[in-house]
Amino acid sequence: MTEGSGGWRRRAAHVAAFCIGALFAVGLAVSGMTKPSKVVGFLDLCGAWDPSLACVMFGAVTVHFFAYRIVALQGSPLFSVTFSLPTRRDVDARLVLGAALFGIGWGLSGLCPGPALVALGGGSATALVFAAAMTLGMLGSIGLASPLNPTKPPPALSD
Amino acid sequence: MNDFTPVASLAGGALIGFAASIFLLSYGKVAGISGLYGGLLQRPTSSRALRVWFLAGLVVAGAGIRVLYPAAFVTSFRPSWLVVVVAGLLVGFGTQLGNGCTSGHGVCGISRGSNRSLVATATFMATGFATVFLAHHVFGGGR
Repeated sequence: MTEGSGGWRRRAAHVAAFCIGALFAVGLAVSGMTKPSKVVGFLDLCGAWDPSLACVMFGAVTVHFFAYRIVALQGSPLFSVTFSLPTRRDVDARLVLGAALFGIGWGLSGLCPGPALVALGGGSATALVFAAAMTLGMLGSIGLASPLNPTKPPPALSD
Repeated sequence: MNDFTPVASLAGGALIGFAASIFLLSYGKVAGISGLYGGLLQRPTSSRALRVWFLAGLVVAGAGIRVLYPAAFVTSFRPSWLVVVVAGLLVGFGTQLGNGCTSGHGVCGISRGSNRSLVATATFMATGFATVFLAHHVFGGGR
Protein backbone atom coordinates (compact mmCIF):
# COMPACT_ATOMS: atom_id res chain seq x y z
CA MET A 1 0.00 0.00 0.00
CA THR A 2 1.41 3.40 -0.91
CA GLU A 3 1.70 6.11 1.69
CA GLY A 4 -0.95 8.14 -0.12
CA SER A 5 -3.60 5.43 -0.08
CA GLY A 6 -2.69 4.61 3.55
CA GLY A 7 -3.34 8.22 4.51
CA TRP A 8 -6.67 8.19 2.69
CA ARG A 9 -7.65 4.96 4.41
CA ARG A 10 -6.71 6.33 7.80
CA ARG A 11 -8.76 9.47 7.27
CA ALA A 12 -11.73 7.40 6.08
CA ALA A 13 -11.41 5.19 9.17
CA HIS A 14 -11.48 8.25 11.44
CA VAL A 15 -14.48 9.83 9.71
CA ALA A 16 -16.29 6.48 9.92
CA ALA A 17 -15.52 6.19 13.64
CA PHE A 18 -16.94 9.68 14.23
CA CYS A 19 -20.12 8.82 12.27
CA ILE A 20 -20.59 5.51 14.08
CA GLY A 21 -20.21 7.31 17.43
CA ALA A 22 -22.83 9.82 16.34
CA LEU A 23 -25.17 7.02 15.20
CA PHE A 24 -24.71 5.30 18.55
CA ALA A 25 -25.66 8.57 20.27
CA VAL A 26 -28.79 8.95 18.15
CA GLY A 27 -29.78 5.38 19.09
CA LEU A 28 -29.35 6.21 22.77
CA ALA A 29 -31.41 9.40 22.41
CA VAL A 30 -34.22 7.78 20.39
CA SER A 31 -34.44 4.89 22.85
CA GLY A 32 -34.81 7.27 25.80
CA MET A 33 -31.58 6.14 27.45
CA THR A 34 -30.19 9.68 27.64
CA LYS A 35 -32.84 10.35 30.31
CA PRO A 36 -31.63 9.09 33.69
CA SER A 37 -35.28 8.94 34.82
CA LYS A 38 -36.00 6.20 32.27
CA VAL A 39 -33.05 4.12 33.46
CA VAL A 40 -34.04 4.53 37.10
CA GLY A 41 -37.67 3.87 36.08
CA PHE A 42 -36.57 0.49 34.72
CA LEU A 43 -34.48 -0.34 37.78
CA ASP A 44 -37.35 0.64 40.11
CA LEU A 45 -39.29 -2.64 40.10
CA CYS A 46 -41.35 -1.56 43.13
CA GLY A 47 -42.29 1.85 41.71
CA ALA A 48 -44.07 2.83 38.48
CA TRP A 49 -42.00 0.31 36.52
CA ASP A 50 -40.95 1.40 33.00
CA PRO A 51 -39.83 -1.65 30.97
CA SER A 52 -38.43 0.50 28.11
CA LEU A 53 -34.80 -0.41 28.87
CA ALA A 54 -35.61 -4.08 28.29
CA CYS A 55 -36.89 -3.12 24.80
CA VAL A 56 -33.63 -1.24 24.13
CA MET A 57 -31.56 -4.26 25.14
CA PHE A 58 -33.78 -6.61 23.13
CA GLY A 59 -33.55 -4.43 20.01
CA ALA A 60 -29.79 -3.94 20.29
CA VAL A 61 -28.98 -7.57 21.10
CA THR A 62 -31.23 -8.91 18.32
CA VAL A 63 -29.60 -6.74 15.64
CA HIS A 64 -26.07 -7.36 16.91
CA PHE A 65 -26.72 -11.11 17.34
CA PHE A 66 -27.36 -11.53 13.61
CA ALA A 67 -24.93 -8.86 12.42
CA TYR A 68 -22.12 -10.36 14.51
CA ARG A 69 -22.58 -13.69 12.77
CA ILE A 70 -22.49 -12.06 9.33
CA VAL A 71 -19.51 -9.86 10.19
CA ALA A 72 -17.63 -12.86 11.61
CA LEU A 73 -17.72 -14.44 8.13
CA GLN A 74 -15.58 -11.60 6.76
CA GLY A 75 -11.87 -12.32 6.56
CA SER A 76 -10.83 -9.04 8.12
CA PRO A 77 -12.43 -5.75 9.21
CA LEU A 78 -12.56 -2.84 6.75
CA PHE A 79 -10.04 -0.61 8.53
CA SER A 80 -8.04 -3.09 10.54
CA VAL A 81 -5.89 -6.14 9.86
CA THR A 82 -7.62 -8.59 12.18
CA PHE A 83 -10.58 -8.94 14.48
CA SER A 84 -9.57 -8.43 18.10
CA LEU A 85 -12.46 -9.68 20.19
CA PRO A 86 -12.34 -10.76 23.83
CA THR A 87 -11.51 -14.46 24.16
CA ARG A 88 -11.54 -14.95 27.94
CA ARG A 89 -14.12 -17.40 29.28
CA ASP A 90 -13.22 -17.43 32.97
CA VAL A 91 -15.49 -15.66 35.44
CA ASP A 92 -13.32 -14.17 38.15
CA ALA A 93 -13.84 -12.00 41.22
CA ARG A 94 -12.67 -8.86 39.39
CA LEU A 95 -15.42 -9.25 36.79
CA VAL A 96 -18.19 -9.79 39.35
CA LEU A 97 -16.97 -7.11 41.78
CA GLY A 98 -16.47 -4.59 38.96
CA ALA A 99 -19.93 -5.24 37.51
CA ALA A 100 -21.49 -5.05 40.99
CA LEU A 101 -19.89 -1.64 41.70
CA PHE A 102 -20.87 -0.38 38.24
CA GLY A 103 -24.49 -1.43 38.89
CA ILE A 104 -24.57 0.52 42.16
CA GLY A 105 -23.33 3.68 40.44
CA TRP A 106 -25.74 3.12 37.55
CA GLY A 107 -28.68 2.75 39.95
CA LEU A 108 -27.68 5.81 41.99
CA SER A 109 -27.39 8.13 38.98
CA GLY A 110 -29.29 6.53 36.09
CA LEU A 111 -26.15 7.11 34.03
CA CYS A 112 -23.72 4.74 32.35
CA PRO A 113 -20.70 5.78 30.23
CA GLY A 114 -22.40 6.10 26.81
CA PRO A 115 -25.41 8.21 27.79
CA ALA A 116 -23.18 10.27 30.12
CA LEU A 117 -20.92 11.28 27.22
CA VAL A 118 -23.91 12.09 24.99
CA ALA A 119 -25.52 14.19 27.75
CA LEU A 120 -22.14 15.87 28.30
CA GLY A 121 -22.23 17.00 24.68
CA GLY A 122 -25.82 18.08 25.26
CA GLY A 123 -24.59 20.51 27.90
CA SER A 124 -25.69 18.66 31.03
CA ALA A 125 -23.81 19.84 34.13
CA THR A 126 -24.74 16.59 35.87
CA ALA A 127 -23.15 14.59 33.05
CA LEU A 128 -20.02 16.78 33.21
CA VAL A 129 -19.56 16.13 36.94
CA PHE A 130 -20.40 12.45 36.45
CA ALA A 131 -17.88 12.09 33.60
CA ALA A 132 -15.14 13.79 35.64
CA ALA A 133 -15.77 11.44 38.58
CA MET A 134 -15.97 8.48 36.20
CA THR A 135 -12.56 9.40 34.74
CA LEU A 136 -11.08 9.54 38.24
CA GLY A 137 -12.65 6.17 39.07
CA MET A 138 -11.18 4.64 35.91
CA LEU A 139 -7.73 6.07 36.68
CA GLY A 140 -8.02 4.65 40.19
CA SER A 141 -8.88 1.22 38.88
CA ILE A 142 -6.11 1.28 36.27
CA GLY A 143 -3.57 2.52 38.84
CA LEU A 144 -4.62 -0.09 41.36
CA ALA A 145 -4.49 -2.90 38.84
CA SER A 146 -1.12 -2.17 37.26
CA PRO A 147 1.32 -2.94 40.10
CA LEU A 148 -0.49 -6.09 41.26
CA ASN A 149 -1.60 -7.45 37.95
CA PRO A 150 0.16 -5.87 34.98
CA THR A 151 -2.50 -5.70 32.31
CA LYS A 152 -1.52 -5.88 28.69
CA PRO A 153 -2.29 -2.80 26.64
CA PRO A 154 -5.51 -3.13 24.65
CA PRO A 155 -4.97 -4.93 21.35
CA ALA A 156 -3.61 -2.65 18.64
CA LEU A 157 -5.71 -1.63 15.69
CA SER A 158 -4.27 -0.20 12.54
CA ASP A 159 -4.81 3.48 12.97
CA MET B 1 -41.89 8.32 36.52
CA ASN B 2 -42.00 7.87 32.73
CA ASP B 3 -44.31 6.41 30.14
CA PHE B 4 -43.42 3.07 28.64
CA THR B 5 -42.05 3.70 25.11
CA PRO B 6 -41.81 0.26 23.50
CA VAL B 7 -41.59 1.36 19.85
CA ALA B 8 -39.05 4.17 20.30
CA SER B 9 -36.97 2.07 22.66
CA LEU B 10 -36.97 -0.95 20.34
CA ALA B 11 -36.06 1.27 17.36
CA GLY B 12 -33.36 3.13 19.29
CA GLY B 13 -32.02 -0.17 20.60
CA ALA B 14 -31.87 -1.55 17.06
CA LEU B 15 -29.93 1.56 16.02
CA ILE B 16 -27.46 1.00 18.88
CA GLY B 17 -27.05 -2.63 17.80
CA PHE B 18 -26.57 -1.49 14.20
CA ALA B 19 -23.91 1.08 15.20
CA ALA B 20 -22.09 -1.57 17.26
CA SER B 21 -22.23 -3.91 14.24
CA ILE B 22 -20.73 -1.38 11.81
CA PHE B 23 -18.06 -0.63 14.40
CA LEU B 24 -17.20 -4.32 14.54
CA LEU B 25 -17.21 -4.59 10.75
CA SER B 26 -14.98 -1.51 10.44
CA TYR B 27 -12.43 -2.05 13.23
CA GLY B 28 -12.91 -5.64 14.38
CA LYS B 29 -13.46 -4.46 17.91
CA VAL B 30 -16.23 -4.46 20.52
CA ALA B 31 -18.08 -1.12 20.66
CA GLY B 32 -17.88 -0.85 24.44
CA ILE B 33 -17.93 2.75 25.60
CA SER B 34 -16.15 2.22 28.93
CA GLY B 35 -13.42 0.19 27.21
CA LEU B 36 -12.92 2.71 24.41
CA TYR B 37 -12.79 5.60 26.89
CA GLY B 38 -10.75 3.79 29.53
CA GLY B 39 -8.20 2.74 26.91
CA LEU B 40 -7.33 6.42 26.43
CA LEU B 41 -6.29 6.61 30.09
CA GLN B 42 -3.90 3.66 29.87
CA ARG B 43 -0.21 3.72 29.00
CA PRO B 44 0.57 2.80 26.36
CA THR B 45 -2.65 3.65 24.57
CA SER B 46 -3.42 1.63 21.47
CA SER B 47 -5.58 2.93 18.61
CA ARG B 48 -5.83 6.36 20.21
CA ALA B 49 -7.17 8.12 17.13
CA LEU B 50 -9.99 5.61 16.63
CA ARG B 51 -11.08 5.98 20.26
CA VAL B 52 -10.93 9.78 20.13
CA TRP B 53 -12.90 10.02 16.88
CA PHE B 54 -15.60 7.58 18.02
CA LEU B 55 -16.03 9.29 21.40
CA ALA B 56 -16.02 12.71 19.71
CA GLY B 57 -18.89 11.51 17.52
CA LEU B 58 -20.80 10.53 20.64
CA VAL B 59 -20.24 13.91 22.33
CA VAL B 60 -20.73 16.11 19.25
CA ALA B 61 -23.95 14.24 18.40
CA GLY B 62 -25.08 15.03 21.95
CA ALA B 63 -24.76 18.74 21.15
CA GLY B 64 -26.70 18.26 17.90
CA ILE B 65 -29.43 16.31 19.70
CA ARG B 66 -29.70 19.12 22.24
CA VAL B 67 -30.54 21.51 19.37
CA LEU B 68 -32.78 19.24 17.27
CA TYR B 69 -34.46 17.09 19.93
CA PRO B 70 -33.97 18.66 23.38
CA ALA B 71 -36.63 16.38 24.91
CA ALA B 72 -34.02 13.59 24.80
CA PHE B 73 -32.38 15.09 27.89
CA VAL B 74 -35.49 15.95 29.91
CA THR B 75 -35.36 13.94 33.12
CA SER B 76 -37.52 13.99 36.21
CA PHE B 77 -34.77 12.27 38.22
CA ARG B 78 -32.20 14.68 39.62
CA PRO B 79 -29.76 13.12 42.08
CA SER B 80 -27.75 15.36 44.43
CA TRP B 81 -24.22 16.40 43.44
CA LEU B 82 -22.75 14.11 46.07
CA VAL B 83 -24.67 11.15 44.65
CA VAL B 84 -23.55 12.07 41.11
CA VAL B 85 -19.89 12.14 42.18
CA VAL B 86 -20.10 8.86 44.11
CA ALA B 87 -21.98 7.24 41.20
CA GLY B 88 -19.40 8.47 38.68
CA LEU B 89 -16.52 7.10 40.76
CA LEU B 90 -18.27 3.72 41.10
CA VAL B 91 -19.12 3.53 37.39
CA GLY B 92 -15.55 4.43 36.38
CA PHE B 93 -13.88 2.11 38.86
CA GLY B 94 -16.34 -0.75 38.30
CA THR B 95 -16.34 -0.70 34.51
CA GLN B 96 -12.53 -0.80 34.35
CA LEU B 97 -12.31 -3.56 36.97
CA GLY B 98 -15.07 -5.57 35.28
CA ASN B 99 -13.94 -4.81 31.70
CA GLY B 100 -17.20 -3.36 30.45
CA CYS B 101 -20.50 -1.58 30.85
CA THR B 102 -24.00 -1.75 29.37
CA SER B 103 -22.70 -1.54 25.79
CA GLY B 104 -19.67 -3.84 25.89
CA HIS B 105 -21.11 -6.52 28.18
CA GLY B 106 -24.84 -5.86 27.89
CA VAL B 107 -25.21 -5.46 24.13
CA CYS B 108 -22.08 -6.79 22.40
CA GLY B 109 -21.07 -9.49 24.87
CA ILE B 110 -24.50 -11.06 25.24
CA SER B 111 -24.95 -11.06 21.44
CA ARG B 112 -21.68 -12.96 21.09
CA GLY B 113 -22.77 -15.49 23.72
CA SER B 114 -19.95 -14.53 26.10
CA ASN B 115 -20.50 -16.13 29.50
CA ARG B 116 -18.39 -13.41 31.16
CA SER B 117 -20.70 -10.76 29.74
CA LEU B 118 -23.81 -12.69 30.81
CA VAL B 119 -22.49 -12.89 34.37
CA ALA B 120 -21.47 -9.21 34.34
CA THR B 121 -24.84 -8.06 32.97
CA ALA B 122 -26.80 -10.17 35.46
CA THR B 123 -24.60 -8.74 38.23
CA PHE B 124 -24.90 -5.04 37.34
CA MET B 125 -28.65 -5.42 36.74
CA ALA B 126 -29.02 -7.08 40.16
CA THR B 127 -27.03 -4.42 42.03
CA GLY B 128 -28.82 -1.72 39.99
CA PHE B 129 -32.25 -3.05 41.03
CA ALA B 130 -31.08 -3.40 44.65
CA THR B 131 -29.59 0.12 44.71
CA VAL B 132 -32.74 1.77 43.36
CA PHE B 133 -34.88 -0.24 45.79
CA LEU B 134 -32.75 0.83 48.74
CA ALA B 135 -32.39 4.45 47.61
CA HIS B 136 -36.05 5.04 46.75
CA HIS B 137 -38.04 2.69 48.96
CA VAL B 138 -35.93 2.06 52.06
CA PHE B 139 -33.94 5.25 52.60
CA GLY B 140 -36.08 7.46 50.39
CA GLY B 141 -33.04 9.57 49.49
CA GLY B 142 -30.84 9.35 46.45
CA ARG B 143 -32.83 11.94 44.56
